[in-house]
Amino acid sequence: MEICGNNTFLHSDGCCTGREFVYNEPLNYCVGHAALKYRNKPGFRLGVGVLSEPLLTVERLFCERDDRILFDNLSFDVKQGEVVQIEGQNGSGKTTLLRILSGLSRNFEGGIYWKGEPISDVAEDFRLSLLYFGHQPGVKAILTPEENLNWYAAMHPSSIDQSRIYDALEQVGLKGYEDVPCHMLSAGQNRRVSLARLYLSDAQLWILDEPFTAIDKRGVAEKEALIARHAENGGSVILTTHHELNMGDRVRRINLDKLAGTS
Amino acid sequence: MAENKKWMPRWFYQMASPRWSYEIMGKLMPWFAIPAAVLLVLGIAWALAFAPQDYQQGNSFRIIYIHVPSAILAQSCYMLMAVAGAIGLIWKMKVADMVAKSCAPIGATMAILALATGAIWGKPTWGSWWVWDARLTSMLILLFLYLGVIALHSAFESEATAAQATAVLALVGLVNIPIIKYSVEWWNTLHQPATFTLTERPAMPAEMWVPLLIMVIGFYCFFAVSLMMRTRNEIIHRERRASWVRELIEKQ
Amino acid sequence: MSEMLTKEPVRTGEQSIGGLFLAVLKRDLLLSYRRRSDLVNPLIFFLMVATLFPLGVSPEPDFLAQVAPGVVWVAALLATLLSMDSVFRSDYEDGTLEQTLLSPQPLFVVVLGKITAHWMLTGLPLAVLAPLLGVMLFLPEGGMGGLMLSLLLGTPTLSLVGAIGAALTVGLRKGGVLISLLVLPLYIPVLIFGTSAVQAAVTGLPLDGYIALLGAMLALGIGLAPLAVGAALRISVSG
Repeated sequence: MEICGNNTFLHSDGCCTGREFVYNEPLNYCVGHAALKYRNKPGFRLGVGVLSEPLLTVERLFCERDDRILFDNLSFDVKQGEVVQIEGQNGSGKTTLLRILSGLSRNFEGGIYWKGEPISDVAEDFRLSLLYFGHQPGVKAILTPEENLNWYAAMHPSSIDQSRIYDALEQVGLKGYEDVPCHMLSAGQNRRVSLARLYLSDAQLWILDEPFTAIDKRGVAEKEALIARHAENGGSVILTTHHELNMGDRVRRINLDKLAGTS
Repeated sequence: MAENKKWMPRWFYQMASPRWSYEIMGKLMPWFAIPAAVLLVLGIAWALAFAPQDYQQGNSFRIIYIHVPSAILAQSCYMLMAVAGAIGLIWKMKVADMVAKSCAPIGATMAILALATGAIWGKPTWGSWWVWDARLTSMLILLFLYLGVIALHSAFESEATAAQATAVLALVGLVNIPIIKYSVEWWNTLHQPATFTLTERPAMPAEMWVPLLIMVIGFYCFFAVSLMMRTRNEIIHRERRASWVRELIEKQ
Repeated sequence: MSEMLTKEPVRTGEQSIGGLFLAVLKRDLLLSYRRRSDLVNPLIFFLMVATLFPLGVSPEPDFLAQVAPGVVWVAALLATLLSMDSVFRSDYEDGTLEQTLLSPQPLFVVVLGKITAHWMLTGLPLAVLAPLLGVMLFLPEGGMGGLMLSLLLGTPTLSLVGAIGAALTVGLRKGGVLISLLVLPLYIPVLIFGTSAVQAAVTGLPLDGYIALLGAMLALGIGLAPLAVGAALRISVSG
């Protein structure tokens, strides 16, 4: 056993345990591959921060579509508090990559790990921690915004209650439209219904595919602030956008074009 | 993933490599092709020229030497297709997908052959080309199942998705086949009590069943050869951009 | 550092399986209620197909009485197929299916809820409407009970098996015809036992055996079909 950080001990099995003070509250924590082993023990909680373990790890990802290799040997990881922007030209595989990471698309080779465990082994845990915003908004046209969000809440068992749903709708500027069927709303408003999920969700990992499409300038600024706040709170975001993000060095960029060029 | 749980025999994981499968099938093929040719020629000659006549049906019964093996094969081929599909689905094994894909047209052909020979046989026996006999009806439904699998496969653009979807369909069909067979047989007894069935015969003399057995084994060998040929073709086609396939083509 | 850091994904306010099932059922029924016009289409189709037989073959009461069980069952089977394509299609097109697959809720229950909703909107009304067709086709009165009972037990199996076909083809543009190709051969056992039950009822024979067989097929369908549907949906969305 050796010291690998402040008040922290590295065990031979690669697991760190230690004691740290968060908000003046003593907290036993452990990180590393054995972290999951410890997390249910009394007195231990999954620790992050200085010794941040990646939430999502991607290893040697390979995907081809229509006889074209989209990416080969793509490896990266996403830590807590990180915003990762996937860049690339149209058709470079941005959407495909996000669909693979979310678990929707399974036509790939390579490994994807959630907190060190293969994603297929911890599927339920992963889905509890995931918010995915895809090309299609996932909004039923003949339901009202409120009914749509109620459905989302039913599918994601959490502490979402009615007041939070009204709150989220107000946040995206749909106050007064709660009872209007979505097919009577504009395309931008429909996107907002879907984006209201960002205000509702307790998910740690957000995967957002072009979240700013059809959203006005003020809305974009608000969403950007929301994403930054999520990251500050220890959440992670993987997104694609053509919009220039103003989040300074919090944003890490992965360019699929360059990857294709080098491989 | 396969690497994590290696609890199947080694050759099982080697099979996942298209190149290894291609080569091993190339080596195995003659071991099936030669017996197939020998057994089929021997069986046909014996069946047509030397086996005794049937006391009721005369010479027309000799079509069972084609009819029965093709019917047996049509059924086992469906099972193989479903099992290969399941392996492809569970272990993400491309070669298994290719085997499943290659099974469908062979099985469908065998089902058609069984139906055609059944019809030809029916004419002198029953006096009509088609009779709603339980076995023939089951075979017709089996053919429909094959056609469904082929239609579904061709509807997808992506090979991987097509393989997964048809594997699910084949498995659903596999669960259903016993139910279909049972219900059709039951339906048949309800509508046509005590008719003369084609293949359920009083004990056959050895001079009759030995050539039948030879034909069945010959058909199986022939099936193995054609399945391997189709699968090899499929491997070459799908791996056409791999370096080993290019080398192979340049050598020729 | 904030509290988010140590936050584990916790299921608070967790619903029971039954609650989830009811939520799915309620939503799908609400969706159909908002599109009432689509609801009657399978029923009209059911009536029309049954009308074709007297016109196409013979209006002779004796003949019709004899074929009535089969005709009603075939019409019910085709009407179910007709409505099958829409079970997952709109969810697929607007992205709610994606969200469903990504949710932590058990897919088996969600799928079973959707299929139940489909049955309540097609199979159930078909069974209720069947005596009308029975009268049109001169089915003896003794057979009416058997007809309704066999349809009540048989049509859920049709919805369950049909949903597999719908799930496999939901990602394809030309799904409609293909579903029939995939699913019709699988419907044959239900058709055989369903019509036999009606015929038995007409001739006054006991129904227990047929009802037991239809029930067994339904039980098997409830146990296995949602698994196949779930797998098929994941494949369709993945492709």
